Amino acid sequence: MAKKKFVVGCFDDENVLFPAVKKVRLAGYKIHDVYTPYAVHGLDKAIGLRETSLHTAGFIYGLSGTSIALGGMSWVFVSDWPLNIGGKPHFPFPAFIPITFEATVLLSAVGMMITFCYLCQLAPFVKKHHFHHRATDDKFVMVIECTSKTNVDDLKDFLSNAGASEVNVQDAEANWWIGTYDKEQVLLKDSKPVV
Amino acid sequence: MTPVKEQFEVSSKMKTWSMVLIAIGIITFILGLITKGVSHNEEDKAVFIGTLMYNSIYWLMICNISMFFLCATSLAMGGWHIVIKRIPEAISTLVPVFGIITFVIFVYIIAVDHTHSIYHWLDKDAVAKDPILKGKSGFLNPGFFMIWTILTIGIWSILGHRMRKLSDKTDEAPMDFDEGKRFVWKNTVTSGLFIVWFTLTVGSTTPWFWMMSLDPHWYSTLYSWYIFGSVFVSGMCLIAIWLIYLKNKGYMPYANQEHLHNLGIFIFAFSIFWTYLWFDQYMLIWYGNIPEETIYFKHRVQGAYKGIFFMNLIINFVCPFLILMKRSVKRNYTWMTFTAVLIIFGHWIDFYQLIMGSIRKGDATLTWLDFGIASLFIGLMIHFTGKALAKKPLVAEFDPFLKESIAHHT
Repeated sequence: MAKKKFVVGCFDDENVLFPAVKKVRLAGYKIHDVYTPYAVHGLDKAIGLRETSLHTAGFIYGLSGTSIALGGMSWVFVSDWPLNIGGKPHFPFPAFIPITFEATVLLSAVGMMITFCYLCQLAPFVKKHHFHHRATDDKFVMVIECTSKTNVDDLKDFLSNAGASEVNVQDAEANWWIGTYDKEQVLLKDSKPVV
Repeated sequence: MTPVKEQFEVSSKMKTWSMVLIAIGIITFILGLITKGVSHNEEDKAVFIGTLMYNSIYWLMICNISMFFLCATSLAMGGWHIVIKRIPEAISTLVPVFGIITFVIFVYIIAVDHTHSIYHWLDKDAVAKDPILKGKSGFLNPGFFMIWTILTIGIWSILGHRMRKLSDKTDEAPMDFDEGKRFVWKNTVTSGLFIVWFTLTVGSTTPWFWMMSLDPHWYSTLYSWYIFGSVFVSGMCLIAIWLIYLKNKGYMPYANQEHLHNLGIFIFAFSIFWTYLWFDQYMLIWYGNIPEETIYFKHRVQGAYKGIFFMNLIINFVCPFLILMKRSVKRNYTWMTFTAVLIIFGHWIDFYQLIMGSIRKGDATLTWLDFGIASLFIGLMIHFTGKALAKKPLVAEFDPFLKESIAHHT
């Protein structure tokens, strides 16, 4: 994959970060991502990320878990090898429920975990680029993707004015396989509050 | 945009509605008393008392859940509910009212009615002949029943009153750091006492006494938790309905979809919790297949209550599970109102089959009597909740957690 150029701005305070995010979006720059030490409430809305579809995937995995468990057990106990277990009917629906439940939870949990890793492009053999090591400690790191039209010096000044304590330019591989999950952003046009 | 209104006023429409509902209820009560209550047919009489009983217990318990919700969140140092806390507070003022109604009904059943058609264990001759009832008579006897009922309803009311009094302080004047700390500590102590008493009553003994003893030979260790799940979901639905009503009328300026979403999460989660207990109780008895246990389910699963029994599961599990799964639905007023009303109805049906299923085993038809008596309680609920809401400002201005609540994000 081609390397891309990113402008990285570090913020010390989330109260500075929020107005800065808004300013950057109003100016029309494309925010690649904002890395924070903890989950900042409302930031996903402020950046303009669309709602994740992870839960839809989870629902589908759960549904397949339910049908695999119920279908498998009923095939075994009804048509393949009917057994008389304590005089219960061959299709003892209540007795199947706990296993069905477990299979549903198992498939949705494991499936969602794998999907999450895929969406975040996490895998054992992948080395992710760290934009700033203190993003896991006390810095709020805003990463802006440069296009062919971006004036890097202007952008750096812009970020400093918006309150960034540290600004630098980095080249990094943004994506590492085909069919990646590219974050869609809505272009912020008017000055309506985003939070 | 509608202007922000901080003080609730009972609208004339609401007044009329509550009065109409109460009037319908009273007419139904009188008609029921004439046709069934004073008749010599023992079953008719039992049906009349049973209808009063399950309605009063149900509405008492779901109003009490409001106070449980307040106490549980206070004890957990939760702050998100502050902007909506006047609603559960107002609903919990119903506990003494419905408590007295319930108590009067119990006094009638225990002390006045000599046919013993509701509680079999009241029959002294039958108990003397029956080794099982004899063994339980240390617990199931009129004296203990009445004392425990008085204590139950009384302490719910007193501690609820104390919590509401404490909450009044948040309207008066700003608190400094020490005052705020003392306020939180007092809240914590009262909430803790309430939770302990709640566990001793709704969490265990009250459903045994009031409801499970209708079948004195049968028992289930899950029963009280099942009832708790049932009333908790309905109580949360009641709060959600009031919140949506007030929002639609332009009140509750700081409450928004985040708070409704939280209530939706509670409703969703506890619907599943209820189903889990329902299923546990059912499956263990079904699998064990011991006659003395299956007798409880015999007429419910295979007899007259078959339809209601399974409809109950569809309304209270399948519907909320599928409807409330999506995030956007939990933030939608229309969907939330629909689901909340459906769940309150569903758990009312649940209480119907729990109590009437033991009193009248052969027949399960919802008649004018059931709906009429329910309308009496709904009317009273609307009337008293509206009155209590109008007494205080809707926003607890000086609550230490108010800011946290306004900035709440689900």
